[in-house]
Amino acid sequence: MTDTPKPNRDHRHDHSDDHDHHDDDHDHAATPPLPHAPLALLSARRLSLRKGRRTILDRIDIDIVPGEIVTLIGPNGAGKTSLVRVLLGIEPPTSGSIQRQPELVIGYVPQKFDIDRAIPMTVERFLMLSSEIRDADARTAALADVGAPQLGDRQFADLSGGELQRVLIARALLRTPRLLVLDEPVRGVDYAGEAELYELISRLRTERGIGVLLVSHDLHVVMAQSDKVVCINRHVCCSGVPSTVAQHSEYARLFGPLAAHALGLYKHVHDHTHDLSGEAERPRMDGAGSLRDE
Amino acid sequence: MNEPFMLRALAAGLGLALIAAPLGCFVVWRRMAYFGETVSQAGLIGVALGLGLAIDPTLSVLAVTVRVSLLLLVLGRQTKVPLDSILGVLAHTALAVGVIATAQVSTTRNDLLMSILFGDVFSVTAGDLRWIYIGGAGAFAVLVWLWRPLLAVTVHEDMAAAEGISVARTTAIFILLLAFVVAISLKIVGALVTIAFLIIPAASARPFSETPEQMAFFATIFALLSAALGLLVSYSADIPGGPAIVVVLAAIFAISMAATLWRAPG
Repeated sequence: MTDTPKPNRDHRHDHSDDHDHHDDDHDHAATPPLPHAPLALLSARRLSLRKGRRTILDRIDIDIVPGEIVTLIGPNGAGKTSLVRVLLGIEPPTSGSIQRQPELVIGYVPQKFDIDRAIPMTVERFLMLSSEIRDADARTAALADVGAPQLGDRQFADLSGGELQRVLIARALLRTPRLLVLDEPVRGVDYAGEAELYELISRLRTERGIGVLLVSHDLHVVMAQSDKVVCINRHVCCSGVPSTVAQHSEYARLFGPLAAHALGLYKHVHDHTHDLSGEAERPRMDGAGSLRDE
Repeated sequence: MNEPFMLRALAAGLGLALIAAPLGCFVVWRRMAYFGETVSQAGLIGVALGLGLAIDPTLSVLAVTVRVSLLLLVLGRQTKVPLDSILGVLAHTALAVGVIATAQVSTTRNDLLMSILFGDVFSVTAGDLRWIYIGGAGAFAVLVWLWRPLLAVTVHEDMAAAEGISVARTTAIFILLLAFVVAISLKIVGALVTIAFLIIPAASARPFSETPEQMAFFATIFALLSAALGLLVSYSADIPGGPAIVVVLAAIFAISMAATLWRAPG
């Protein structure tokens, strides 16, 4: 994020100090929030969420601009999913402000998606679930786009992890979103499928210029496609381009010294992707570049 | 066979089947069978109130089912006591209070109690039919209007919410709709069997269905069939109407389950 301007408002500072003795971050608390980023699809300032006496989110700033992949990382229980829910408007924040581009269409791929088997549901029907799109061609195209053209007639409950994620993304894309939000999209997907999923997300970003907010606890593969990494543990610990974040002491403290290595490893891999140009990726995929996991 | 009471019974049964079956699909999908059971048992209090106050019992039943539904909605927000325990408490409390209340307002209380608990389809009046057809058509229209958002919420609440559907509002309308349909069916099929009329057609239709709409369609066919067949059996064998319908429903369910197990053993 950008440098923090600190206009000195003494009154505000005093006020804050009087009431906030337990705050371990006086400076932050005293500074008025940054203005919302004007070009951002979604811009949040000082988002806090408290449940009872528990602080789930503490004054989080985040911006997502078009054509950028922002990856949210953090340990378990860091509030990643809570932050996504607040950003999406599913849950109101206790305090703070969220600014969305007017008429912003969001495609959301939630974490842990299960359809109750009591509900019969074909993939085709699922794609029509809450969008108005009645055009069968558009649905076929969306499935082809995510590399799952054959799934239309399958029962939703019979999909494998990788197929499920693809169908969820296809459905999100049918809404022609400007912002795609994916919460742990590689859950239940094997390593080869994982790499392909990230490739797909990256391609969608490039082709359509959409903004992407990606949640992950996965440290190295994720970074390959991220433009910005925001590391949270209730508050924003550090944020920036992947290489900067890897150097950050807070990051090392949260994820352990090996984590920096993970990022280093990623950088190493990334340095070579141009040389390998996908060829080297192929042997890891099963069959003819099929996207199935298992 | 052509007697007016029989025709009225048929009209009532078929009318209820049309609204109860598709609505019942949502009861099955949302796992709300016990919720519906609780609301319909609470209807017993409503009948007693209606008799005591000498007002249209369907109105007083409606007042009670709506209030109990809203109470359950509020109690569902706390997380210390699980919802099924709360339902257990309320369902049986409602039954107990209902039986006591009925005893206060009626001298022939056992006959009355039987007819409230198991319905009295052959005593359907023109007023009851008005409730079923005008009210039922209204409920059907609401369900059609609510179908898409309700299905989205039923499949995944957060995803629906992220896409701009109000989960709380959609759920509340559904629950009120359920309370209404329970209220108009109560007098016909009875407090103890109303919920069977909602969930058995849906449960029987599940194995044959590929999409939610197919399931609603098959459930409606099964419900219409059971209402007609049940009433015929009831008329010719002189057995109570509501229970006869439920037995036919159960037979269809048994066939459905047998077919499912036959096709995919294990």
